[in-house]
Amino acid sequence: MHRGSAVLRHGVAPALLCLALCLPALSQQQPIPTAPPSAAPGEDGQWTMPAKNYASTRYSELDQINTENAKNLQVAFTFSTGVNKGQESAPLVVGGTMYVLSPYPNILYALDLTQPGAPLKWQYNPKPDSAAQGVACCDVVNRGPTFANGKVYFTTLDAHVVAVNADTGEEVWKTKLGDINRGETMTMAPLVVKDKVIVGISGGEYGVRGWIQALDADSGQSVWKAYHTGPDQDVKIGPSFKPFYDSDKGKDLGISTWPPNAWEQGGGTVWGWISYDPDLNLIFYGTGNPGPWNPNQRPGDNKWTAGIFARDADTGEARWFYQTAPHDLHDWDNINEMILLDLEWDGKPRKVLVHPGRTGFVYVIDRTTGEVLSAKPFHALTAVTGVDLKTGRIQYNSEKEPINNRVVRDICPTAPGSKDWNPSAFSHKTGILYIPHMNMCMDWESVEPNYIAGTPYVGAEVRMFPGPGGHMGEFSAWDIRAGKELWTINERFPVWSGAMVTAGDVAFYGTMDGWFKAVHARTGEVLWQFKTESGIIGQPTTYLGPDGKQYVAILAGVGGWAGAIVSNNLDPRDGTAAKGFVNAMRDLKNATTKGGTLYVFKLP
Amino acid sequence: MCSSSLKAALVAALLASGAAEARELRVCADPNNLPFSNERGEGFENRIVELIAEDLGASVTYAWRAQRRGFLREGLKAEACDLVPGLPSNMEGVRTTIPYYRSSYVFVTRPNEPVPQSFNDALLRTLQVGVQLVGDDGWNTPPAHALARRGIVENVHGYSLYGDYRQPNPPSLIVKAVADGSIDVAIAWGPLAGYFATREPVPLKVAPVKPLFDGPQLPMVWDISMAVRKEDDALRYEIEGALTRLKPRIDAILEEYGVPRLDSPVKNAEARP
Repeated sequence: MHRGSAVLRHGVAPALLCLALCLPALSQQQPIPTAPPSAAPGEDGQWTMPAKNYASTRYSELDQINTENAKNLQVAFTFSTGVNKGQESAPLVVGGTMYVLSPYPNILYALDLTQPGAPLKWQYNPKPDSAAQGVACCDVVNRGPTFANGKVYFTTLDAHVVAVNADTGEEVWKTKLGDINRGETMTMAPLVVKDKVIVGISGGEYGVRGWIQALDADSGQSVWKAYHTGPDQDVKIGPSFKPFYDSDKGKDLGISTWPPNAWEQGGGTVWGWISYDPDLNLIFYGTGNPGPWNPNQRPGDNKWTAGIFARDADTGEARWFYQTAPHDLHDWDNINEMILLDLEWDGKPRKVLVHPGRTGFVYVIDRTTGEVLSAKPFHALTAVTGVDLKTGRIQYNSEKEPINNRVVRDICPTAPGSKDWNPSAFSHKTGILYIPHMNMCMDWESVEPNYIAGTPYVGAEVRMFPGPGGHMGEFSAWDIRAGKELWTINERFPVWSGAMVTAGDVAFYGTMDGWFKAVHARTGEVLWQFKTESGIIGQPTTYLGPDGKQYVAILAGVGGWAGAIVSNNLDPRDGTAAKGFVNAMRDLKNATTKGGTLYVFKLP
Repeated sequence: MCSSSLKAALVAALLASGAAEARELRVCADPNNLPFSNERGEGFENRIVELIAEDLGASVTYAWRAQRRGFLREGLKAEACDLVPGLPSNMEGVRTTIPYYRSSYVFVTRPNEPVPQSFNDALLRTLQVGVQLVGDDGWNTPPAHALARRGIVENVHGYSLYGDYRQPNPPSLIVKAVADGSIDVAIAWGPLAGYFATREPVPLKVAPVKPLFDGPQLPMVWDISMAVRKEDDALRYEIEGALTRLKPRIDAILEEYGVPRLDSPVKNAEARP
């Protein structure tokens, strides 16, 4: 097993253990990695985009709440989103206003932080088409709004992007970018770069041909659009495209790495995170899995699905691409967060991108070239054996390929991967990466009858279960340069919430059974925890209130793929529901119920 | 017992005692998916549930929703309806009735053009072949697998079973593609193919695929039943009684819609209790 020696259970006096084991393990001879200042400017006490900054570190310089006093945190105010579905969104704070976005029907609320109890200033309802609920693959979530230029931007489940006046709540523009009748939905948080709003489309299961698109931030008009399958022209691959590995070089690979025509419904959707380096003027983001074809119907690498793109933010022209899962076998979308850092690597300064992937590896990639410097496992793995750094290729274990007419047991990780969408945080102070993730494996057994649109077919009986140790979730501190875990907090259920860390050396995350936790960023000691009304799958944020005090915000409300058993009221007797997730999550119904409430905490 | 069955039983009792209130048969169906059903009641499933309702002295009330993810969860299991026609007989998670027909996947070709004799026919390596894709759970229709495991991928075109829901009967596109020459052979589910093949300007040929079981896990032939909630055996017995009594008339409807049958219409029905 890859796992380091310092596996800690919360409640087991971790401070003592960790002082002995963990701190010396951090490669401390060299200076810690730093976030590029242009992508992570100084603290302003606000939280204006889900990732906090363009480097996506989800780190705040605020330090009023620290390891000494976090135990005193108490509820400042709460607010109901009015929607009892999975709450994956990040509460934003701009000036004296907090913005909270609900799951479908995607209502945006503005709360007045200058008044006691943070009363509602206004709400904006985009009224998305209700039919979109039946199209969304995994609960009707949304990953958050973003603020820029006096407007709040967000996507709707029925594939619109809206801009709302941040002061008044009036709609500035609303642009339709997809059609739910063709299976196209949107769940991601937009990224605003200069005068452009960048978004992507979801719906790989329906044969959507994935794309990313930049809209004019003032008008909502399309400025550029790049597809992730098909001819180079559509992919915006031109003279400036310089991938590092040979397997990504060649003309029209978005066609030639597929059977004829299969690329037309090739997947490669975009529903996760985008980072931006202002110095390089490049955006970095991942593409989804190939679909709806099964692996043996699409021989080839299936470019440009399941990989990472670097693109010019102004033109959309591709600069490099690295494929984390060529010819993806396991539904390993590569949409997880990209954390931009500068560090010393083998004695040389490097601009890197750190990416904890669904494949089970933390990738450290030179963000100027796309070269993989390191890929170290953070999850028990049987489906893959490693990444060849010469070719960049992941090494699949053919024994664990989920193929027809075969029973395959103990495939680790599972279809949602070692870690799904929920983002990590990087502390500018400790230099440690905090990864919320899963610890799960699955059996792929025989077939069961199913049907769609009146047509019978056979489906896989997938059953997920806890990985080694018997727990399903972990919150891990990760030494990026050494490529190993420093400490881990085990959780009964998958950790499906994001992470956030502060200069007070406190890291925050939530659990699917409803605990919101503050942990010591250096030792993993649980400093404080609070039981919310429902399981937590949201993104913690922190801000300086108009009273000059530091606050911490989180949305509670279980759901998402992992929590669909509760939010969609699935039958716990059908272990194969939610693509096999229900098998592992039966107990969640006994641990929590649906919800949708904002919690904001402060010191007394 | 679930509340709806109680309600049904109560209504039935009232009917028996001469009360005027009519019994309601609540059915989940897709509003846009001929030949199975549509909101104008033009599908064969519509016709068959009307027959059953009449037999049970009830009137049909529909809960319309697309037959996609969540159809059973939000319909039958959420008690928005009590009956779902047209599910595989061996479907888990619901209680299925005796089958009322058996059909198979079929090859659809233009008249006067060669018909593949089986999945092993070399023709399938040279013709332009269309299959339907599910793209759910990493799995697909049995014909898609049968082609892929023979390495037939280069000349295969995928048609999403979800299709474009703005168009009428979205899954039917694959049959039109044979008629207009986009592909040479479609491999589609029999009832869908049989119905649309006769509605093209030139009637298309429809023939069951072979082998009917492509290995133990790829059935091309399926028994089709109606389904109720697991605990609703009372309604299931009633529906089974009606299906048995009405078999000749149901067979006539299926024939009218061109459903390719692999069971024997009518004769078997006479023998059943």
